[in-house]
Amino acid sequence: MDELLRAVEAQRNENVKDVEPGDVVSVHVRIKEGSRERVQEFKGTVIASGNAGNNANFTVRRVAANGIGVERKFLYNSPRIEKIVVERSSHVRRAKLYYLRDRTGKSARLKQRIKK
Amino acid sequence: MFKGLIGKKIGMTQIFDENGSAVPITLIEAGPCYVTQVRSVEQDGYSAVQLGFGETKPKRLTGGQLGHLKITDAPPLRIIREFRSKKHELKAGDTLTVEAFELGDHVDVIGISKGKGFAGGMKRHNFSGGPKTHGQSDRQRSVGSIGATSTPGKVWKGKKMPGRMGNDRVTAQNLKIVLVDTERNLLGIKGSVPGAKGGVVQIKEVRKQ
Repeated sequence: MDELLRAVEAQRNENVKDVEPGDVVSVHVRIKEGSRERVQEFKGTVIASGNAGNNANFTVRRVAANGIGVERKFLYNSPRIEKIVVERSSHVRRAKLYYLRDRTGKSARLKQRIKK
Repeated sequence: MFKGLIGKKIGMTQIFDENGSAVPITLIEAGPCYVTQVRSVEQDGYSAVQLGFGETKPKRLTGGQLGHLKITDAPPLRIIREFRSKKHELKAGDTLTVEAFELGDHVDVIGISKGKGFAGGMKRHNFSGGPKTHGQSDRQRSVGSIGATSTPGKVWKGKKMPGRMGNDRVTAQNLKIVLVDTERNLLGIKGSVPGAKGGVVQIKEVRKQ
């Protein structure tokens, strides 16, 4: 029965690369406004990435004006994502960076990791 | 046009609609269904279509069942259900597939809900239970009072109390069809559908809309 479920599920969006916690990414999302379609950029730090089969997703956190944190969850399979640009990776010691929610300013920084 | 099928619940997943939004769906393997008999007002007193579904080995059926299916040359079928319908042009021997439904159609789905066993008042009837504090003991999930004193001197019939829950025939109304796969005989229905995976469900045209 599982094969039938797999058969109708969306395939992985090829434009979506795997992201790691601590990555600073810019996600380009297609948005439909009436009949018009445009691309919106969402730039922030990946604070979580989860495998859940068809529902695999990652969470991007950015700090907007006035220090208001905005988090957005994206599905790896979502056809809405046009591309993902990884701008920087960080040295992190855990898989979920939820502690960043409680921090601002200097303490919310992550040490850069240069990928080989 | 008659719209109705018998199917097997496969499970739930999500797909993306044309806007790219994720839509939760229940996948149902529906049909092909064979019209095994047509009930008419003149002969049976009511008007209905009898559908069969679920091919099986002939030895799993009784002689009576096989004999009934033989009339319409249908293969050995495990499940037979009747669908009330006043206007339809089906004849015994016809076959129905998922093509009976179109994308965007609204349907009612009937299934047998999962059995919950002997359930208490909180789970079965959404009672609030008792207080957690103020010196209470053994009362957190209790049903509370079940009636008055010597008048009426009995517990009313039909009083909601703990008991067997689930394993009932349940109809989920007004669900939208978001996927029709004619190749694999699959229907994707938005939202959840009563019953366990592998359970038999009936898909009908909406009754209220």
